[in-house]
Amino acid sequence: MDLRFTDEEIAFREEVRAFFRDHLPDDIREKLVDGEHIAKEDMVRWTHILNEKGWAVPHWPVEHGGTGWDPMRQYIFLEELQKTPAPSPLPFGVNMVGPVIYTFGNEAQKKQFLPRIANLDDWWCQGFSEPGAGSDLASLKTRAIRDGDHYIVNGQKTWTTLAQYADWIFCLVRTSTEGKKQEGISFLLIDMKTPGIDIRPIQTIDGGLEVNEVFLTDVRVPVENLVGEENKGWDYAKFLLGNERTNIARVGMSKQRVRRIRELAAVEMSSGRPLLEDPQFLQKLASVEIDLKALELTQLRVVSAEAKRGNTGKPDPASSVLKIKGSQIQQATTHLLMQVMGPHAMPFHVHDMEGANEPPIEPDYAGAAAPAYFNTRKVSIYGGSNEIQKNIIAKAVLGF
Amino acid sequence: MDFDLTEEQSILKDSLNRLLADTYGFEQRRKHMGSPEGWSGEMWGRYGEMGLMALPFSEADGGLGGSSVETMIVMEAMGRALVLEPYFSTVVLGGSMLRFGASEDQRAEYIPQVAEGALKLALAYTERNSRYELHNVETVAQKDGDGWVLTGAKSVVLDGDSADWIFVTARSAGGTRDADGIGIFMVDAKADGLSRRGYVMQDGRRGAELRLDKVRAAAIGEPENGLPLLCRVVDAGIAALCAEAIGTMDVMRELTVDYLKTRKQFGVPIGAFQVLQHAAVDMFVATEQARSLAIYATMMADSEDAAERGRAMHAAKAEIGRAGKLVGENAIQLHGGVGMTMEYAIGHYFKRMSMIDIALGDHEHHLRTLAEKGGLVDA
Ligand SMILES: Cc1cc2nc3c(=O)[nH]c(=O)nc-3n(C[C@H](O)[C@H](O)[C@H](O)COP(=O)(O)OP(=O)(O)OC[C@H]3O[C@@H](n4cnc5c(N)ncnc54)[C@H](O)[C@@H]3O)c2cc1C
Repeated sequence: MDLRFTDEEIAFREEVRAFFRDHLPDDIREKLVDGEHIAKEDMVRWTHILNEKGWAVPHWPVEHGGTGWDPMRQYIFLEELQKTPAPSPLPFGVNMVGPVIYTFGNEAQKKQFLPRIANLDDWWCQGFSEPGAGSDLASLKTRAIRDGDHYIVNGQKTWTTLAQYADWIFCLVRTSTEGKKQEGISFLLIDMKTPGIDIRPIQTIDGGLEVNEVFLTDVRVPVENLVGEENKGWDYAKFLLGNERTNIARVGMSKQRVRRIRELAAVEMSSGRPLLEDPQFLQKLASVEIDLKALELTQLRVVSAEAKRGNTGKPDPASSVLKIKGSQIQQATTHLLMQVMGPHAMPFHVHDMEGANEPPIEPDYAGAAAPAYFNTRKVSIYGGSNEIQKNIIAKAVLGF
Repeated sequence: MDFDLTEEQSILKDSLNRLLADTYGFEQRRKHMGSPEGWSGEMWGRYGEMGLMALPFSEADGGLGGSSVETMIVMEAMGRALVLEPYFSTVVLGGSMLRFGASEDQRAEYIPQVAEGALKLALAYTERNSRYELHNVETVAQKDGDGWVLTGAKSVVLDGDSADWIFVTARSAGGTRDADGIGIFMVDAKADGLSRRGYVMQDGRRGAELRLDKVRAAAIGEPENGLPLLCRVVDAGIAALCAEAIGTMDVMRELTVDYLKTRKQFGVPIGAFQVLQHAAVDMFVATEQARSLAIYATMMADSEDAAERGRAMHAAKAEIGRAGKLVGENAIQLHGGVGMTMEYAIGHYFKRMSMIDIALGDHEHHLRTLAEKGGLVDA
C-alpha cells in the first residue's frame, strides 16, 4: 500500500495544473470563483482551448480524440480542473451521448457527431425525464411511431438542463408498448431545429434559468438518428447513467469551495475577529474537511481498483457511495459558505442576474451564497436521487 | 400547566387562518411580491381591520392588551401563508420598542398610529461587521442640543425600505463591542442625511441598507444604556420568529405528505416507500420539538428576568434553526425535481425557513451564546 502519487503522476499533475493556470481565461475563472453562472459563449471558448490541446474528451477512446490516460490520470485531470476552478466540459455531450455514440452508434453517427461534441460545435441536452417519469424513468411515455424513413415523435420531456442553448437533444422514446416497459424504449438523436419542438423555461428556486420543459409535437426524426437497435434504448441509458455517476463526487469542486470558505472567512468578522479565528466555526469546517478527505480516498480506491481491473463497462456500485457522499459534501459546503456571510446572505443581488443594472449591495461576493445553497439541493435529486442510490447499494452490495 | 388557547385566542387563530387561506394563495402572493412595494397595502388594511396592529399594545396605550400568546398566533398564521407585509418589523420589533422603551409622550404620539396601521416601523442594528452581535455597534451618536445626530451605516434592515420610522442603534460612548454606551434612536425615514437602498431578499421579503450622515434623531430609553432594551426587543422578535417558523414547518410537512400520497412512481404512490415515510416522520418529530420550544419562548417573552428570558430565546432559536433546516431540506428532497422550482410553493417555504435561521442570529450563534451563558439545565 502506498497512498502517494507516483513521480510520473505528480509530474502529470504539475503539467495539467500549469496548463489550466496559463490557459484558462481570467474572466471565466473569476465567474466560477464568485459562483456566477457561466454563459454559453464561455463554455464554447473554454472547450475550444481544451480541444486544441487535445484534452476536451480525455476519457474517450484514442481513435475518437481521447488521451489514453489511465484512470488515475483521468482522475487527476478532473480534480485539477475543478480545483482551478475551470468549467467542466458540458456533460451531456462529453460524458453522456458521446460514449453512447462511440459504443453503440454506427460509423456515420460517429463521424457526424463525435468531433462536433469534442469541440462543442453542437450543444447537447438530455431528454430523459418526463413529468410522470423521474426515478421511474422506464415508465416514460413520449412516443415515436415509425412512418417510412422517419419517426414521428410526440410527448413531453422535463427538467431538460440548458435546452435553451441546445442544438441537439438525445431522447429516450417509446417505440413499443408490448412486454416489459424497459423493452419498448429507443434512443433517438433529435435536431432541436426540427419543427414541432417547443421549449418553456422553468425557473429554479435560486432564481436561475437552467432547466426547461421540452414539448414535442409531430416531430419528424429521420430513422438514421436511431442509436443502435430499436427497443434497446434502455440498455444504452443504463450504460449512460453509470458513466454519469462516476464523476459525480466532485472532490475537486468541493476542495475549491473549502478554499473559498477559508478565503471569505478570513475577511468576514465574528465577535470582533475574523470568522476564521473562531473555534466553533473552525470545528465545523474541519468536520467537513474530514468528510471530504475520506471521500477523496474512497474515490481514489474506486479509481485504482478500476485501473487494475480494466474498464468493464459496468458501473461499480461503489460509484453510488461517491454520489451520496459527494452530494452531501457539496450541500454541506454551500451551506457553510452561506453561513460565512451571516446576515449579508439575505439580500437578493438582482445585479447578479443578467440584464439588471442596479448598483451592487455590499459585500458584493455575498450575493451568490444563498442561491448556491438553494441550487445545490438538486445534486441529491438528479443523476439518480440519493434514495435511489441507497436502493442500489442495498441490492447490489449488501444483497438485500 | 395549560397548553390550550382561550376561546378568544382560538377565534383569532381561526379567523386569521381563514382570511389568509382565502386571500393569500400562491398566485396572490406572487402578485404582491411583484408590486413596487413588494407586499400588499390592501392586506395591510385587512390586518388593521382585524385589530392585529393594535394587538400587543396595552389598552391604556390604545391597544387591545394582547399577550405574547396572541403574537404567537398571528405569527404562526403568517408563517403558514408566507406573509410579506411588514407586520413583524412594525408590530413585533417596532411595537416592542415602543412598549418597552418609549417615554409616555412617545407612546402617546406613536402607538395609536401604529395600532391603526398608519405607521410602519423597522429595527436597524446589524452592521457590516457585527454579524449577529447586538452590542457590536460602530455607528456613532453625538449629543446635539436636546437631540442626537447619528453617523454610520446599517445593513440588512428588515423592511427598512418601507418603514416610516426606523429604530437605529448607535454608540454614544465606548468601543465597538462594549456593552455600555449603546443607544437606540428613532429616525424619521425622511430625515436629512439618511439614505436607503432597498432590495428584495432571498425569501421575497424586503430589506434595506442605510447610510446615516449626521441624521437628527431622538433617543428611546437611555441613550448610554440601551442594550437591555435592545435585548428585550430582540427576544420578543425571536419568540415571534419561532412561531412563524412553526407555521412554515407545518405547511412544509403537510405539502410533503400530500405530495407523497399523490405522486406516483413505479406504479405506486411514492409514500408507499417506507424510507420516505420515515423521512416525513423525521420532519414531524423535528417540528414537534421545535413547537415545544417556540411555546417556551412565547411564554418567556413577557418575562422581566432578562437572564432567564435570554437563555430561553437562545435555546428556542437554536432549535428552530436546526429543525427548520431538517424540515426544509427533506421537503425539497422528497418533492424531487418539483421541489427545485419557483413554480411550486414548497421551494418558497424552504427559502423563508433558511432566512428565518439567519434573521436575529443563526443556529450556531444561539448555540454558542447559550453555551457561554451556562446552558439551560441548572446544575
Ligand atoms: C436541476 C435539475 C436538473 C435536471 N436535469 C435533467 C436533464 O438535463 N435531463 C433529464 O432527463 N433529467 C434531468 N433532471 C431530472 C432528474 O433526473 C429527476 O429529477 C430525478 O430523476 C428524480 O425524478 P423526479 O424529480 O421525478 O422525482 P421523483 O422520482 O418523483 O422522486 C420524488 C422523491 O421520491 C423518492 N423516490 C422515488 N422512488 C423511490 C424509491 N423507489 N425508493 C425510495 N425513494 C424513492 C426520490 O428519491 C425523491 O426523494 C434534472 C433535475 C433537476 C432537479
